[in-house]
Amino acid sequence: MLNLIGRRALQGLLTLLLVSFLVFAGTELLPGDVAQAVLGQHATPESLQELRVQLGLDRPAALRYVSWLAGVIHLDFGVSLASQVPVRTLVMDRLGHTLILAGLSAAVAVPIAFVIGLGAATRPAGVFDRISSIAALCVSALPEFFLGTLLVLIFAVNLRWLPAIAYVTEFRSFGQMVTSLAMPVATLAAVIISQMARMIRATVVNVLSLPYVEMAVLKGVSYRRIILVHALRNAVGPIANVVALNLAYLVSGIVVVETVFVYPGLARLLVDAVSSRDFPVIQACVLIFCAVYIALMLLADIAAIIGNPRLRHQE
Amino acid sequence: MTAVKPSSAAANRRNAKRRTLSATGVFAVAILLLWVLVALFGPFLAPHNEADIVSDVNFTRPTVEYLLGTDYIGRDVFSRLIYGARTTLATGLIATLIAECLGICLGFFAAIRGGIVDSVMSRLNDALLSFPHIMMGLVVIAALGSSIPVLIATSGFVYASAVYRIARALAMDLREKEFIEAARARGEGTWWVLSREILPNTTLPLLTDFALRLSFIILFMSSLGFLGLGVQPPTADWGSMVRENMEGLGSGSLAPIIPAAAIASITVALNLLVDELSRRTGRIYGGARE
Repeated sequence: MLNLIGRRALQGLLTLLLVSFLVFAGTELLPGDVAQAVLGQHATPESLQELRVQLGLDRPAALRYVSWLAGVIHLDFGVSLASQVPVRTLVMDRLGHTLILAGLSAAVAVPIAFVIGLGAATRPAGVFDRISSIAALCVSALPEFFLGTLLVLIFAVNLRWLPAIAYVTEFRSFGQMVTSLAMPVATLAAVIISQMARMIRATVVNVLSLPYVEMAVLKGVSYRRIILVHALRNAVGPIANVVALNLAYLVSGIVVVETVFVYPGLARLLVDAVSSRDFPVIQACVLIFCAVYIALMLLADIAAIIGNPRLRHQE
Repeated sequence: MTAVKPSSAAANRRNAKRRTLSATGVFAVAILLLWVLVALFGPFLAPHNEADIVSDVNFTRPTVEYLLGTDYIGRDVFSRLIYGARTTLATGLIATLIAECLGICLGFFAAIRGGIVDSVMSRLNDALLSFPHIMMGLVVIAALGSSIPVLIATSGFVYASAVYRIARALAMDLREKEFIEAARARGEGTWWVLSREILPNTTLPLLTDFALRLSFIILFMSSLGFLGLGVQPPTADWGSMVRENMEGLGSGSLAPIIPAAAIASITVALNLLVDELSRRTGRIYGGARE
């Protein structure tokens, strides 16, 4: 099993290396180069040359990639082109906010999805299953900016219960934190709850259709015991896999949600950097998001390996 | 061979059931048809041009003259919604067609060739899939700037990798079937087998995938529009319309909600349709959004 996990982890590292290469190559796609993109069409040849030297663009691309990668390993992402501040400072300022938002969303979403998914799976085609399935299907298809703007319209504009914008320079009190994070967390959680609940339901229904469950039913084991003891134990691996997959989805969802609520997180730093073509910042943010995504995918696979005895005991 | 042949009445009933849609299916198809008609006949339906500033007042409430009110610089939201349907649906459809064509061709090719070609292509594809789509979109747009051709090409390319995986899996299921072996034994070429044997036998799952992919691509492109990195003004596009009018949200204007709801109606309808279709093919689609 360790062998298998080790191989999978190595594969994850290789993928991350490929991602770093693609992120770097992305800026090489530019017509012209970074200096041209930053200074615009009307730059003088002298200022262009100066910036090229400053950015090290006079060196060959392969060399620049290697030295950039070496910097990244030491958490040195270079200097922002727009603000001349080290990228690491910018990233560190924002990373905490994004982690709070993502962590809270996950903490809210996972238990709710679990209850809905299990509830629906215990009585397939029952009333609760039908209603929750169709609701989950619809919510999972909604764009985050629709859910977000709808929540703002209802709770901030009409009812005036919550602030429309999540100002989180620092949280002075717990109450303030709850009110400013309620809508961003609800938006993110709604989408992952719906997806997770559907997948958990499918997993448990699948397990319940296996012969050993039928055996337990015939033996006279109570329904509750069958679900909680027999079925759940075998569904733990696939469910952990589902949870990790959906948490990986947070990486995409958070980009839109931070923009809706003008939340000062890493994703907004990235979107602003894309608009101003601040390449060192873009590279750092994309690399961080991709690293988290790959790590969660890796966790999902490890959960599947641990949960499956056939893979666990493979030599 | 002692297989029991089902009575013709039962078979007829089953066929009838296969052909008719359920109530939710009809509802979904009706919404999609409505938007397609709006997109096709947009210029005849819209009272104003998409870029015309028709009122001195921004964010007016819905009135008889401006059915859905005006936007942040006094343009008619109703007209822009209609023109936006054209942009959003056309760009989404073209990108989905690119993704499907690319994914199906490469996926079938990998499945038929097998061996080292298949391994290399599939490993590369796995690497591409482990990159969140929105990140790939942001990197490309940062490098090339945002224009409609760049958006379409990026979305088409990014989503082709998921199509590749499904197309390859479908073709792998069929590869060992007798009728394929028979065709090969007859001396038919790879292209013939792909287009005449494999494609017709995978039509329904691929159509289902098309609908799902279209909903993902519309979400992807309108998210980019919402971030201000999609279709650029003054062209009306639903995602960009939400962004432009966000400042009106605080005063309770519907201008940002309406285009967002339009996108939601299309993606929900597509997913209801996918749910309906995947029940017939017995394959589960959906799951995690990509």
